Amino acid sequence: MVADATQIKRKFSLLRLFRESTVAQGMALISPTTIYLLLFMILPMILVAVLSFMARGTYGNVIYSFNFQNYTRLVDPIYLRILLYSMGVGLATMLFTVLIGYPLAYFIARSPVRQRSLYLFLILLPFWTNFIIRIYAWIMILRTEGLLNTFLLNLGLIKIPLDILYTPTAVLIGMVYEFLPFMVLPLYTSLEKIENAQLEAAADLGARPWRAFLRITLPLSIPGMIAGSILVFIPAMGMFVVPDLMGGAKTVLVGNVIRNQFLTSRDWPFGAAGSVFLLILTLVFTLYYTRKAGFGEELLV
Amino acid sequence: MNEFAVEMRDVIKIFPTPEGGEVTAVNQVTLRIRHGEFFSMLGPSGCGKTTSLRMMAGFEWPTKGEIYIDGKAMGRTPPYLRTVNTVFQSYALFQHMSVFQNVAFGLEMEHVTKDNIKRRVGEALEMVKLSGMGRRKPKQLSGGQQQRVALARALIKRPAVLLLDEPLGSLDLKLRKEMQLELKALQKEVGITFVYVTHDQEEALTMSDRIAVMSQGKVLQVGTPVEIYERPNCRFVADFIGETNFLNGIVKKIERDLVTIELPALSQEITGVGQGSFTVGQEVSASIRPEKVRLADDKGGDLAKHEGSNNLLRGRVVTTAYVGSNTRIIVDIGHNMRMDIWEQNHVSTLDPEAYYTADDKVRISLPFENTLILPEG
Repeated sequence: MVADATQIKRKFSLLRLFRESTVAQGMALISPTTIYLLLFMILPMILVAVLSFMARGTYGNVIYSFNFQNYTRLVDPIYLRILLYSMGVGLATMLFTVLIGYPLAYFIARSPVRQRSLYLFLILLPFWTNFIIRIYAWIMILRTEGLLNTFLLNLGLIKIPLDILYTPTAVLIGMVYEFLPFMVLPLYTSLEKIENAQLEAAADLGARPWRAFLRITLPLSIPGMIAGSILVFIPAMGMFVVPDLMGGAKTVLVGNVIRNQFLTSRDWPFGAAGSVFLLILTLVFTLYYTRKAGFGEELLV
Repeated sequence: MNEFAVEMRDVIKIFPTPEGGEVTAVNQVTLRIRHGEFFSMLGPSGCGKTTSLRMMAGFEWPTKGEIYIDGKAMGRTPPYLRTVNTVFQSYALFQHMSVFQNVAFGLEMEHVTKDNIKRRVGEALEMVKLSGMGRRKPKQLSGGQQQRVALARALIKRPAVLLLDEPLGSLDLKLRKEMQLELKALQKEVGITFVYVTHDQEEALTMSDRIAVMSQGKVLQVGTPVEIYERPNCRFVADFIGETNFLNGIVKKIERDLVTIELPALSQEITGVGQGSFTVGQEVSASIRPEKVRLADDKGGDLAKHEGSNNLLRGRVVTTAYVGSNTRIIVDIGHNMRMDIWEQNHVSTLDPEAYYTADDKVRISLPFENTLILPEG
């Protein structure tokens, strides 16, 4: 009897502990996410990291012998050139998404509240269609007998069809198209937060619209711009679908190299080393910018 | 120099509503604000006071009519070309700039030299007692300090007119009272015309040289605090400024400025000073301030001699509340018509006999000059 009583009491106290401890409640709430991430992100990443120190067998199998060969191979000028080129494409994508995305985000943030949700919906609408299909749509537009060329030829603006598809320009067009929403959304978030009274105060103190923009709007939207740049630059570095489909086989980015190691050359350890290297690079980039901007809630759109 | 710092002539402002309708925020307002004046625009929210101020600042443009600043018609002049500056209700300080940068902003826009900016910002910060705070960010300051930064930022431009939009609204009561006196002193010191928007009648009375009372887009009365309180020109002003009792009646007799009205409920006549022009038979209100009534017990020996210059009423005390400096007495004067009366406690005594209690029969004496006859509305 006495033992029973204490047992009941203990059971209750466990329940009570859960009820009173916000930490325990929090853990319970995030456990599905935690388990999922552990299984499908952390574990594969550990596998990739381990794999990157192994060697390739003759038939594409993995030989379990610890070595740094894969990393020394990465230092090869060919790969360095591809890396630099990828960074160039990433930066160019970033730059163009800012140039196109800023006015767009500004326009949405300055629209009447009722219209904003419509515009944001339109920004997100392309995500309803599969990415590959949208890239094929771009191919239809850009190819020699495509919509763009037919249109320009019929207007008489050009005599010979433009060769856009399967050039770096096509890759850039595809990349900018794909990543534009990732720039617009964080930019919108920080622009929308700027109170109208701030701009009125600037005008009141003698600032013409352009100066008010440079002194008030622009500095206050920098966190959004940095968040957007990170969201664009990192995936752009690893992108391989757009260069594959729109760049022909001519444009090779880091993402293509890694993919080819896994799927074509069947050199998993070398592909893994490339992945780890890219991961570290982007991590450094992200850390640098988030520190600089102060960790922005703009990242959490 | 023009006679008036700010002049509004027949200004109308109509806003479209999201539903496709229209709202008249300011309706045919004419105002003349003199140089160096502390001028308040007082009224409940939605009366058009803030819209009027925003039109002076240039954030809005009149739908009709014209605003003159220093005699110059403003038309659609943008804010950055006007010689007025604004202190915003929310302060609207630039959060990404330091206090120094905030105050310096207006001078930078005028291309003042670096040395001069430094000197003048120093002076401005000293004036608002914020010396040494220049490096802080606005977020690191208290509400009262942010308020001072907003003031310094606007005053450093040496505007012809300083526009203040409920600048003390978000401060707590004690700080607000302090800042009221400080603002008033500062205004006298710099000699700049202040146009001050507030819904707080006590604040307006404390600080202003003149007050414009607004309601539903119209200016009802413009006058000094004394004029507004002692001689309101309509029922709304009497009601909005301070406290008052209203007795409804019908005009019976007009004798120069004295108007005699009949209170139908009490079948009794009272006489007061008419505010405006009246015709016999018109429905009017008598406004009686609670502190301007004399009360006596039922015998009312000494009240008899007041006859001829006083209205005499009888009543019964409903309830009393002792509040220190005075006692509030609610008196039923018949047919459930109640009057709020404040008796000054000018004798210090613990004797309960000295105070009225519920159910005491009393007589009320209202001097004619303390009874104001006002048109309805």
